[in-house]
This record gives sequence, structure tokens and C-alpha cells, in this order.
Amino acid sequence: MNKPKRTLRAKTITMAHGAGGKAMRDLIEDVFVGTFANPDLEQLEDQARFELAELMQSGAQLAFTTDSYVVDPVEFPGGDIGSLAVNGTVNDIAVSGAIPKYLSCGMILEEGLDVKLLRRVVASMKAAADKAGVTIVTGDTKVVPKGKGDKIFINTSGIGVIPEGVDISASNCRAGDRIIVNGLIGDHGAAILNARGDLALDVTLETDCQALNDLVQTMLKVCPDVHAIRDASRGGVATVLCEFAESSAVSIRLQEEQIPVRDTVRGVCEILGLDALYFANEGKLVAAVPADKAEAVLEAMRNHPAGKDSAIIGEVIESNYNRVLVKTHFGGERILDMLVGEQLPRIC
Amino acid sequence: MKFVDEFRDPQMARRVLERIHAVVEEIPATAQRPLQIMEVCGGHTHSIFRYGLEELLPDKIEMVHGPGCPVCVLPMGRVDDCVAIAEQPDVIFTTFGDAMRVPGSKKSLQQANSDGCDVRMVYSPMDALDIARKNPHKNVVFFGLGFETTMPSTALTLLQADREGITNFSLFCNHITIIPTIKAILDSPDMVIDGFLGPGHVSMVIGKAPYEFIASHYKRPLVIAGFEPLDILQSMLMVVEQIRDGKALVENQYKRIVPEQGNNNALKAVGEVFELREFFEWRGLGSIDHSGVRIREKYARFDAERLFAVEPAHVADPKACQCGEVLKGVLKPWECKLFGEQCNPETPIGALMVSTEGACSAYYSYGKIDVKQAV
Repeated sequence: MNKPKRTLRAKTITMAHGAGGKAMRDLIEDVFVGTFANPDLEQLEDQARFELAELMQSGAQLAFTTDSYVVDPVEFPGGDIGSLAVNGTVNDIAVSGAIPKYLSCGMILEEGLDVKLLRRVVASMKAAADKAGVTIVTGDTKVVPKGKGDKIFINTSGIGVIPEGVDISASNCRAGDRIIVNGLIGDHGAAILNARGDLALDVTLETDCQALNDLVQTMLKVCPDVHAIRDASRGGVATVLCEFAESSAVSIRLQEEQIPVRDTVRGVCEILGLDALYFANEGKLVAAVPADKAEAVLEAMRNHPAGKDSAIIGEVIESNYNRVLVKTHFGGERILDMLVGEQLPRIC
Repeated sequence: MKFVDEFRDPQMARRVLERIHAVVEEIPATAQRPLQIMEVCGGHTHSIFRYGLEELLPDKIEMVHGPGCPVCVLPMGRVDDCVAIAEQPDVIFTTFGDAMRVPGSKKSLQQANSDGCDVRMVYSPMDALDIARKNPHKNVVFFGLGFETTMPSTALTLLQADREGITNFSLFCNHITIIPTIKAILDSPDMVIDGFLGPGHVSMVIGKAPYEFIASHYKRPLVIAGFEPLDILQSMLMVVEQIRDGKALVENQYKRIVPEQGNNNALKAVGEVFELREFFEWRGLGSIDHSGVRIREKYARFDAERLFAVEPAHVADPKACQCGEVLKGVLKPWECKLFGEQCNPETPIGALMVSTEGACSAYYSYGKIDVKQAV
């Protein structure tokens, strides 16, 4: 483009920034197009366009997903809503075995939002996208009156390509499969709880927010026949395992002592009577891997930066009941069920 | 993790379990029927299920899950009162987290919040007082709930508000006291309980003496128990040893937390602020004499019941509910007609399905009844 680049001079977002006029152009061209900086976006068309032939070189199927992000607070230790919005959608694509390619970015901004905060979030999205190897190619912005939103809501959709021969599904778990997680669970949930400030705990807790696409490809290299993978975001590892058990019509037995949980996260759970197995993660996957490949997959995962604390935490067992069982430290056993509503701290 | 893992040592647990098995074998009466041991406290119920302790105990011990979950035994009418207060203009209604979901006859506090009331979850009554300081033009009401465990912190918060001259803070008092309820269970004609694991954190406040009548009059052993799995197993061992030896004593396993005399400062604050009610209604158990407290006249200006002219509405428990029988050990949770079908954690009908500490909810969520069939 030969025209001089437009600049957003406003310090806060006003209704004008969503009204379709010059103010909106300033916002879009300076903050979004300027930061995401790629040829697809710079066309400023109403849609991004891809060469089908190019996509077909990497695989036979498209994976397509969408997710909305409404976290409070917007910035928290180790990340913000921007990195979350990129990694979350990248991971939803990645756990199908797909190579994520393109993301969209829909933003709903609350009137009065600090433009500096918006710039930080957008820069964080760009950094996360670069790290994950995806491009943000299309977007949309709306502004809602003060009090009708909560600073920033982001929706991202994503497209990826599934390589030939990969068939990962929650319904593919088979008796004997080992259940693997790629590290310490519950960090994100505990970090958000702590960042809200109500607990006044003197601990450092950071989100585990990270992209998992490269880790998944590493796993597939060792074992192209990984049966099931899901990222354990909302509802945590427990929810994913319940979904595996239900979809595959099997039961799953976990060994409690093998489940990796950081001491500070355990501490938060102890104080509030919560369970880290239900805490949200933003960079953790749960996989069901054929038994004979489990050790090799585990080793490959541990050698990857996104999986150095990976562990085998249980196995799939034959059963008509489709339940998740947890063998406790003492040899007692309990059933891990889907969460009803949200986890609420206990009174005493 | 320090101060946690020591109390969850599997080796030690195995040794204690072996001794429990050995002692129970020496009790001849168990040939006719299993020993029924009640853990009074919801916190114990939670630990027993969380760690899968029940199936490690001898078959000749049956756990009866007692009434000590304050959220569960809260009558529907009181939740309705909470909602009615929360619906008043300029009210910020504050509550402990797990009371949010307790169903009233029309809605829970969580639903009231969705409908536009300002209902906030707090971790301590002091947080509620802080909200009052920061919102001088709002009336901040704290939902005081729980046994003697939470009573002192509520009392101290009220005294603090009094000292600071805060006028926009009040307390909706639903505190209850456990002793009359244990007595009511012991007096019930179909009672079959052989011994008790006594509440840990209640005892930290009231001490050992208030339980003596259980040993002296009703000839049942009671061991004040901590909440870690090893605490519970050791307390169980102490109970069955007493039964084997034909003793009925009040013993204290939870010595690291519970002083024999209780906590005098806490009791003083409680006595200053609260007095016994003539009776209080319990969900599942009905009205029990002297089982609740209210705010003394002297502190009437902090009493939400007086300020909002709450007329305690009596809402009967659903007829088909058998929570009372389950609480007394007469029925197992799954023997209730409603269990699992109409009554489950998503749509609780009876008290014991309401909180994760409730016996029925624990059975349902941790799948105790089908844990053996599930494999």
C-alpha cells in the first residue's frame, strides 16, 4: 500500500471505534493489521483466500474449529487473553493431529478500554501465533457500551490440515492403551483463581498456556497410531477422561500417585477443597496410546519443551460401565465423574 | 508436601488397617451384624470417599454418614429467605461458595445472581466486611452458616464491625450447633449406631467436654478425629478398640489441633454475640430444640433477620425424601427411593445430595455403589 499508514491516537476505545468510520479504520489498520502484519490481512478484503492446491499438499482433510475467550482478569501471570485465544484454538486443531494453518480473530471491546492494554493483548496474539506457526488472516471488531462487556472478548476460529493416515478420535481408546499427560496439571486454573486476588495467597502461580501442535506432531512421528488426544482445557483432565470413557465405551483406571501436580497447586486445592483434576489447563493434552508404543511416545514427549514433565497416569480397561476410576495412594478406589456445575470452595 | 503427605503415608495406613482388621475380628457381636460407626462431620465424609477408605475397612464395619454438613441441612425456607434479602434494593449478599447452589423452593442464590441480584462469593466473613467498607451506600449482608467451626469468625467479624462503627453490614444468622442433633439421633428409636468419629474442627472450638454425655449416658465411644486419611483410620482403630474392650469414652485423636478445653477466646466471642434459639429446623431431620443460635438483642442492629423483617417461611421437605433415615443409619443412600433418579447432584431434592460433603452426593459422585461393578 502506498497510502501513509493510519495511526490510532485515542487512549481509550469509544463507540466510534466500532462505528465503521475513520476511527474504526485507525484502530484496525494500526492495531490489528499493523501488528499481525501479513499479506493476507493487508489486502483488507472481507475474507481471506487460500490456494486449495497448497493446502492439499499437506494432507487430505481440513480441521476447522472455533472458540471464544472471556477470561477475567484479562492479563495474568504467564499470559493474557491474547495468548490464550491463539493457543486455545491452535490446540483444538492440533489434537486432531492436524497442522494448524490459519486463524481468524473476532474482538468484542468494551467502551472505555485502555488502548495500551489492547495493544499488549494484540502483540501477545501475534507472538503466540508466530511461535505456533499460524497466521491470523481475517478479523472483525465490535465495540459494546460500557458495562455491556468485560474489557475484551475474543473469538478465534482456525483451520488446519490433517496429514494422510492420521485418525485420532475420543472414540478410539482400546483396552490396554496407556493414558499420558504432557506435564503438571491444573496450573492455569489455579493461576486464574489466584490472579483474581480473593485468596490473598502468597504464592507464584503461572498459567501453562502454550501451543501443542509441535508436540502432537512429535508424538505422531513415534507412533502414527495414537488413538485419542484431547486438550484438557475447561473441566480439566477429569472431563477429558470421562469423554474418552463414554465415547470409546471403555473404563479408565488412573494411578493417583502418578498424576503430576505442582505442590503450590496442590496447596491451593487443599485450602479450598478443590480437585486439580478438574482445573482448567491451557497447554496440557491427554492421550490414549497403544501400550507397546507408550514408553517410546513418553520419551519423545519428555524430550520436547512442551512435554518435559510428561507422565503415564493410567490405562484403559475393558468394562461395560464406561467410568473413570482413580486408584488412591492407599489402594482405595473412587470414581471420577463429570463435574456438576462449577467447582465451589467448601465452607469448612 | 509438608504437613500433608505425612498424614497420607500408604505404608502407615496399611499398618493401621491391619490392626483395625485384627481388632474387629476380636469383637464377637459382629458375627450377627456389622458395627455401625457414624462420622458426624461432612469433612470426614468427603475424605472417606476422596481416599476410598470405606472399601479398605473390614466388611464388619459400616460407615454411617452423619448430619455434619451445614450446607446440606439448611432448610429450603432459609434459602428462600436469603434470596428474598438478596432481592432487596441496594443489597450486596455475600456467602461461602458451596451455599451458592443450595436449592430454595423457587431458586438458589446462584440463580438469584443470574437474575440480577448482587450475590458474591467470599472466603471469610472478614471479606464481606471489607466489601461493606468499600461500598458505603450498599447494605452488605453476610450469610452466616455452619457449626461452631465458623461461628467464631462470624462473631469476631460482627464485633469488628461494631468497633469500627460500620452501619451497612449485617449478618443473616443460620449458625447451628451439633450437640443437640447428635442427641436427637441417639434418642431416635430406630438408632443403631455403635460408635462415633467426632467432629474435628467443631471440637477445636468447643473442646472435649460437651461430648461426655454420649459416653456416660448413651454408652457409645466417640473419638474426635482429624480429616486426613490417616487421622480417620487411627480414630477408627481407637473406636473399635473401645468397642472390643467394652469401653465408652470420649477420646481425642486430633490433638495437634483440638485442645481438650476448646478455644476460650473463640467461645467468648460466640457467647458475646449469639444466644441459643428455642429450636431450629434442619433439612431432613425436622425441628430440633436448641440446635441453632441467633444474634443477641445487644447487637440487633447487625441482625439481617430483624433489619429485613424475615418471617421464617416453613417449607416442608419433599415427602418422598428419606434423608432422615439415611442420617440415622437406618437406610443406605442408594436405598432411598429417589436416589440417582429424581435426586442427583444436578437436581438435588434431598439435603444429602446438595453439597459434595453430603452422603448421597458423595455416593453418587464417587460412585461408591458401583465401584466394584465398574471394572
